[in-house]
Amino acid sequence: MEITMEYYLVISTIMLFAGIYGFITRRNMLAVLISIELILNSVDINFVAFNRFLFPGQMEGFFFTLFAIGVSACETAVAIAIIINVYRNIRNIQVKNLDKLKD
Amino acid sequence: MEITLSQAVFLFLAAVIVVCSILTVTTKRILRSATYLLFVLFATAGIYFQLNYSFLGAVQLTVYAGGIIVLYVFSIFLTRSDSGIKEKIKNSKVLAGLVASVVGAAICIFITMTHPFPASHVIGDEVNQKVIGTALMGTEKYQYLLPFEVISVLLLACIIGGILIARKR
Repeated sequence: MEITMEYYLVISTIMLFAGIYGFITRRNMLAVLISIELILNSVDINFVAFNRFLFPGQMEGFFFTLFAIGVSACETAVAIAIIINVYRNIRNIQVKNLDKLKD
Repeated sequence: MEITLSQAVFLFLAAVIVVCSILTVTTKRILRSATYLLFVLFATAGIYFQLNYSFLGAVQLTVYAGGIIVLYVFSIFLTRSDSGIKEKIKNSKVLAGLVASVVGAAICIFITMTHPFPASHVIGDEVNQKVIGTALMGTEKYQYLLPFEVISVLLLACIIGGILIARKR
């Protein structure tokens, strides 16, 4: 058995669709955010695998993953600030209760 | 069939990633979900180490496992409400999500396994730290000073935005 690039792509695919399943089904805002984190992480694995196996002399995938980690850290921080603010206002972070903007 | 050490490590990491990422989205308790996400991120860092990208693995460990998960755990503690500990999920939602994700995963895995990628099974050498540094700080072609500066401005904006949104009024 030889570990080829396809194996890395398959595990990142499973991770991506686990994240999509969570994004569709979960009703807690933090759980939705955790699912988004899974999706971003699976894309990072794809970048690294493509860079390592198809273009071993270059570093585009490496730096894209580096910057994607930074961007996802930003996104998580701002989203958690928003979630804490929502919790302070309506004492709940279930998605179905977030209808204040409709009124 | 012989299994070498690196193959055994890869199989272990793959098993951890698959099992824990499915458990992350299926468990009912949000704190367990964050813990399983931590395991997934650890295994991803292991994948980076196994592909000889040690710098990336170290960044993954420090930023994700050290920073983001702590942020998640604190915000879970801060926003815990009595109804939100165990959340109920509607059956129709579960069905829709299950169909979408299983069908999508099947299609993607089928395409991945049948597409003829150029064969290269050799994992290259470690990227030199000096090479990373000059590529990150240079302004020529294939060098990344501008994205680096943009990321730093983005982080600054994110700090200010986080303070503005979450402070008490």
